[in-house]
Amino acid sequence: MTFALSTHTAGRKRAAGNRWLKLAALTAALVCLPFLALLFEAVQGSEGLWSHLAASVLPKAFLDTVILLLGVGILVASMGTGAAWLVTAYEFPGRRTMEWALLLPLAVPTYIVAYAYLDILHPIGPVQGAVRWLLGYSSPREFRLPDIRSMTGCIVLLGFVLYPYVYIATRAMFLTQPASLIEVSRTLGVSRNGVFRRVALPLARPAIVVGVSLALMETLNDIGASEFLGVRTLTVSIYTTWVTRSDLPGASQLALALMFVVVAIVAAEQYARRKQRFAPNAQRSGGSIERQKVSLPKGLLLLALCLLPVFVGFIAPATHLAIEAYTRLDYAGLPVRFLANISNTIFFSAAATIITLVLGSAAAYAARLHPGARSAWFYRLATIGYAAPGTVVALGLLIALGVFDRTADRLASSWLGFSTGLLFLGSGAALLYAYSTRFLAISAGAMAAGLSRIPQSLDDVSRMLGETSSGTLRRVHLPLSKTALAASGLLVFVDCIKELPATLLLRPLNVETLATHLYGEAARGTYEEASISALMIVLIALLPVIWLARVGRAESR
Amino acid sequence: MDRPLPADPMLQITGALRRFSDEFALGPLDLAIAPEEIICLVGHSGCGKSSLLRLIAGLDRAERGSIQLNGVELAGPNTFVEPEERQIGFVFQDYALFPHLSVEENMLFGLRRLPRPVAQKRVADLLALTGLAALGKRYPHMLSGGEQQRVALARALAPKPSVLLMDEPFSNLDRDLRDRIRQDTIDLLRKTGTTAIIVTHDPEEALSCGDRVVLMKSGSIVQAGTGREMHDHPVDRYAAEFFCSFNKVPATYRNGHLETALGRFPCQLDLADGSRAVAFIRPQAIAPSQEKTAIAGRILRRSFRGEIEQIELEIAGSDSALIMRTTQPAFADGDRLSVAIDSSRVLAFAA
Repeated sequence: MTFALSTHTAGRKRAAGNRWLKLAALTAALVCLPFLALLFEAVQGSEGLWSHLAASVLPKAFLDTVILLLGVGILVASMGTGAAWLVTAYEFPGRRTMEWALLLPLAVPTYIVAYAYLDILHPIGPVQGAVRWLLGYSSPREFRLPDIRSMTGCIVLLGFVLYPYVYIATRAMFLTQPASLIEVSRTLGVSRNGVFRRVALPLARPAIVVGVSLALMETLNDIGASEFLGVRTLTVSIYTTWVTRSDLPGASQLALALMFVVVAIVAAEQYARRKQRFAPNAQRSGGSIERQKVSLPKGLLLLALCLLPVFVGFIAPATHLAIEAYTRLDYAGLPVRFLANISNTIFFSAAATIITLVLGSAAAYAARLHPGARSAWFYRLATIGYAAPGTVVALGLLIALGVFDRTADRLASSWLGFSTGLLFLGSGAALLYAYSTRFLAISAGAMAAGLSRIPQSLDDVSRMLGETSSGTLRRVHLPLSKTALAASGLLVFVDCIKELPATLLLRPLNVETLATHLYGEAARGTYEEASISALMIVLIALLPVIWLARVGRAESR
Repeated sequence: MDRPLPADPMLQITGALRRFSDEFALGPLDLAIAPEEIICLVGHSGCGKSSLLRLIAGLDRAERGSIQLNGVELAGPNTFVEPEERQIGFVFQDYALFPHLSVEENMLFGLRRLPRPVAQKRVADLLALTGLAALGKRYPHMLSGGEQQRVALARALAPKPSVLLMDEPFSNLDRDLRDRIRQDTIDLLRKTGTTAIIVTHDPEEALSCGDRVVLMKSGSIVQAGTGREMHDHPVDRYAAEFFCSFNKVPATYRNGHLETALGRFPCQLDLADGSRAVAFIRPQAIAPSQEKTAIAGRILRRSFRGEIEQIELEIAGSDSALIMRTTQPAFADGDRLSVAIDSSRVLAFAA
């Protein structure tokens, strides 16, 4: 009943498991490359131009960025937390619908909400027109709303599409807290209304912090909204310094300043929840917080309160885009380039999604196979891209891949006698690189979470039954975490489709995606042309929101 | 530990050492196991028994020493055979059944290198042998704990491993189920001629279910032997107390005897006359007695344990109560009771 092992198999020293560690190391190195290139370029300095940047561009851009962050931060924190508390603590008509409807603005990228409102609130647009008609004015000269193209306008619009980050995190926190916490605070003499301030809010603080920091990352990443609305943030300045001045070192220095802001946000986030690791409560017993029933008028008021952000952040812009798109289609059919644009968008996004899933899984799987400081560092480095604005990543890649492309071209010309052209920057490979760098954290995080739910003994037993580590991934881990991976794939895909700043800088010549097409039209002031592209992006971006809503419903049950 | 190694060991571990931290290391230790032998590896949690299992399985690497199976080195200074190449079976405490595979698919998992019909025949045979024939299409979550345990065992046996390692395989089962499943498992191992190492923390289980018991403590082997040897002739106080609770009575060693408040007991100790020692007296070696030499006591407390009654006796001249176990009819608290100690079952250790 026993086998004699052949000395051949037994004597072979196999290092199969190391392949994953090597792939993780490579991934980490590739992700770090653009940041190192940026740092390198920035310390080179630009002759004379830096003093100009430092004196005239940086202070204003820095100040505007900070004001924008503060404004958006306060707005999303109050709206997100407020909405989460309303749907958790009160029972009012339409509450179940509002629970998921409050997620809808997530489907509207910042540049699209700005783009839509420029048109909606235009002096001769529908809103101002209606107001004048109501008040009996005949010309825009007689009555005008304050211009949306301002810092205030930018803060408000960003706030209304970014608050769901806080809403999601905070609501999840409320849902996982046991009712006993609320009940015990009532027995300790806290009134019903005091519960929010004294118990719920302090409990939710770590979640609020996480949500706000995500919203602020998005704010820093945004290039379309701030530019359309005339706010010259650091991101916008970096872009114009490179595109209009062709000053790469200057842009790199501004990018470093931007990264400084990012690091400050991450550090603030870590500091704010340094002691609070109480996130979802493990040993929850009994139900979650019991909702308070309210009278009908009060219920309708709460419904209206919840509807406001949904209306401003989703219903109004989406309806406007749908009407505009319909008008445009009815009038002139599909724009000529539309099909080309949409196939470009889908091709680049799908390719980047596959790369991101493979490399993200590798980083997570290596950390599982070889637990320890080394693989943990590879994982951490591979996922730093999540915090970096697209402009920064794109600029770093322009530098690094530019050097690579020029070197390859020179070598090929002198040795082989032909020009390779721009291998990376000309082919769109650079774009895939940028997408993967930015979104690796999503797929790696999903894979790590999926793996953490699989007991280690399943890995061990698979190995004991004669399966290699790669075979174990294929036969055990992938089947068991495919839902999580598919969901993260969807998120990455949609994020790629929405991505604007890196796409603007790295797309090959004459290649337009839905997002860059929209940006181009808006920059030219021909808003209505791009409404179909905008609507397409919003529709695609709705997919993960629907998925999120379903997950949320399952949780709240 | 001076026991001769099996003449022709199947699995031989020599000088294996694995350091986990400054405080805890496994080994260096030696262990040899004969073909078809069933070994029970026992010790308190954290003693390194599971770590030893993982070294043998190849799920962890020793820093020093070697592990040989059938004369082939699995792990040594220059060798490391990956776990999937070792032909060693493993049954985990949580059974580790693949939740996405049916019972049959779980059992087929390790048979990929066999032709499909052969593999299916073997799975069918094992299902019949373990009484799981009706459950082949079910998924793990549809099975009871006992059924899951049997699937895990059958799955590990399917590739016909040279050695089967079992890490606390019965600890997740209810008490009455545990005894039956344990007996069935041993029967199956015997029937298939499988060499096995069973890890357990339960002394009773260790004594009852293997050919040999190996007792571990903080990364080292304390004693190895048959259950009877381990129980009757422990090498030290730790080994003694692991398998039985004792009355520990202070004693003085003199002329090949222990002198205690309860009498003199003959013993073999390598001590100078007059040295302090301890007499270990089993509660079941104390019985009521009418003889003149009997020790007079008074019952302090009784607790009825089903088949036996445990009685705490106050003895004049002794500080602590004497605990005895008896199957005799009930007494009452405060009764006077004289007892005799079976001196052949008294163990002696240096203090």
